[in-house]
Amino acid sequence: MNAEPPKDRFQSPQEDSGPSYLRAGHTLRSWLLTTDHKRIAILYLFAISFFFLVGAIAAALIRLDLLTPAGDLLTNDGYNRAFSLHGIIMVWFFLIPSIPNTFGNFLIPLMIGARDLAFPRLNLLSWYIYVVAGLVTLYVVLGGGVDTGWTFYTPLSSVYANGAVVAAILAVFISGFSSILTGLNFIVTIHKLRAPGMTWGRLPLFCWSHYATSIIFVLATPVLAITLLLVAAERLIGIGVFDPDLGGDPLLFQHLFWFYSHPAVYIMVLPALGVISELITCAAHKRIFGYWFVAYASIAIAVIGFFVWGHHMFVSGQSFYASAVFSFLSIAVAVPSAIKVYNWTATLYKGDVELSAPLLYALGFIGLFVAGGLTGLMVAMLAIDVHVHDTYFVVAHFHYIMVGGTVTAFFGAMHYWWPKITGRMYNENLARASAIIILVGFNITFFPLFVMGYEGMPRRYHVYPEQFQVLQVIASSGSALLALGYLLPVFYLGWSLFRGERATANPWGATGLEWTTSSPPPKHNFVEQPVVVRGPYDYPLAHPASRDNG
Amino acid sequence: MADSAGLKEPFHQIGRQHEADRFGMLVFLASELMLFGGIFAAAMALRIRDGADYVAAAGHLKLWLGTANTAILLTSSLFAALAVEATRAGQARWTGRALVAAAVLGLAFLGVKGFEYAAEYSEGLMPATAIAHFDGRIEQLFMDLYYLATGLHALHVSLGILLLAGAAWSRRAREDRAAVLVGNVALYWHLVDVVWIFLYPTLYLAGVK
Repeated sequence: MNAEPPKDRFQSPQEDSGPSYLRAGHTLRSWLLTTDHKRIAILYLFAISFFFLVGAIAAALIRLDLLTPAGDLLTNDGYNRAFSLHGIIMVWFFLIPSIPNTFGNFLIPLMIGARDLAFPRLNLLSWYIYVVAGLVTLYVVLGGGVDTGWTFYTPLSSVYANGAVVAAILAVFISGFSSILTGLNFIVTIHKLRAPGMTWGRLPLFCWSHYATSIIFVLATPVLAITLLLVAAERLIGIGVFDPDLGGDPLLFQHLFWFYSHPAVYIMVLPALGVISELITCAAHKRIFGYWFVAYASIAIAVIGFFVWGHHMFVSGQSFYASAVFSFLSIAVAVPSAIKVYNWTATLYKGDVELSAPLLYALGFIGLFVAGGLTGLMVAMLAIDVHVHDTYFVVAHFHYIMVGGTVTAFFGAMHYWWPKITGRMYNENLARASAIIILVGFNITFFPLFVMGYEGMPRRYHVYPEQFQVLQVIASSGSALLALGYLLPVFYLGWSLFRGERATANPWGATGLEWTTSSPPPKHNFVEQPVVVRGPYDYPLAHPASRDNG
Repeated sequence: MADSAGLKEPFHQIGRQHEADRFGMLVFLASELMLFGGIFAAAMALRIRDGADYVAAAGHLKLWLGTANTAILLTSSLFAALAVEATRAGQARWTGRALVAAAVLGLAFLGVKGFEYAAEYSEGLMPATAIAHFDGRIEQLFMDLYYLATGLHALHVSLGILLLAGAAWSRRAREDRAAVLVGNVALYWHLVDVVWIFLYPTLYLAGVK
């Protein structure tokens, strides 16, 4: 947005509305004891970015070590600890909280016309719980780490593993409370704090997807909590539930763990889907195609997501009939996911498309999400999964979905709402460049993993046959490019904080309620309680074939 | 009722705020149900797979102590419900008495449970102790599940007692005609009760010949 002044088709009536939330107080205390959802979102942004960095350093260690077939950088044990920390930190301290706790926190009240979340103090508490959990994780890192992988499979984790398993479990257990409280807050807020006129049919799709995510937060996280408690009881005081020597059953652990952890994958990706819906419809200046389909697809993904955990256990020795049923159900999740992709494509079709940085991130997301989703269909099929189970193919698949999906959407959301959050514009050309670098770097890093996995390279191996070295080196060099793509925004976004052009209330010409208040918003979001009289995507271009009024 | 005393920041109307408080508690209780759900699922799987051994193992539990505790907890739940009614009727004194009665019965429950644990310890049924002796894997797994389930439940009972006592102590809670806090504490206490109502047949009644 350097060349031309940002356009503002819907000039806000609330431009002069007192000090912004950023200027409402300057002391450290005013930040650390704030109950303002926008400030808490910023607190999360700092904490989560920090953990992203820690997890990325572990990933860099892994990729450096894999440059040579013998793994000359790390010891066997060191390698196990590196990928365990990478998994634990990235899953529980980045991917799961990233979009909900930052952008969900910041945007849901703004999008529904509320002053704050329903329980502001609970919101602050959940940040502190997250920080405490993070500190315990750092203790694990400094204390030598764990070697169980992020899945904590028993009896490895409960009997044999060396290292700070109980502390790592405790960290994840504590972070679960943060998730539950956040989900609870979102559900109650969306139910009880919508502005007059904000019917369910006028709820932005971002809110729908966070509503679906919150259901998983509230209903799945406790199952993880009890599972981890059982592992801790077994490891600490010998009350056995999973260890066969103590009368237990290791398969039971897998059932309980994946009952949470598969829905958790949808915790990671559903908010991303919500972000993309907002980005696409705004960049196309066109109503979203099939509003209700996209909204209900979120709920469908959340619900079906609870019935697919057994596809992680195809080779565990569970009954063949169970595997067949889980295979069918897992394939069924692809239907609502595909609905969303079709609707985004139809929205872009004949739209007044502006190739902005947020849209580039969104397009990258769609490509990676489709690649990850289609390979997800492959691993959901019983016959193929038996061949590629626990190989790099699976690693590549979930990185396409979780990193290609969540992280790309996180960056897309960061760029799209940056003017709203900070009140500043960034350098559009650098932003577009970083979107492309991330897309290219990502594919160079993770596509070779599909090939290696299909050829039989198992995951979690420290040494590998020499035939894979070329592909491993390509993947490692891609990760360097990816790191550059992730670092670039730190600089130009940081620069924009001080030197960036002032953003107007609505720099993209978007229609959501969050764009009707000033950028950055005042402390109480809106000067007067807004009254909603139209749908969330009331763009001038409607799709002729769409019968939605949203 | 229409006074807006206690209206907090994000809300515009006190009624909406009360609805949100109640709804938040219900959502939280849904998550609590899922916490125990894992244990119930494990017990169910065990019983489907090894029914006869499961029943035999359940025979070790002290049925009458479990039954007595069921009666104690149900009665306690009644007092919690009475406390809510008293608060709504504006009878703060009776609210306090009912809450204290519920809390005392909760303590009685814990006492019986402790007595039961002590008896099981002396019989060598407590796992992870040197004297533990079991007839087989299923029996051991059953007892492990029993201790984890009842232990986790007892933790919830303890928290519930603290909540009941807190509500009884707080004058503002007792005199609140909308019964927001007392209502939510009672809801929590009912959940603790309901979980036990399901634990009782899952563990104790399974052993009845």
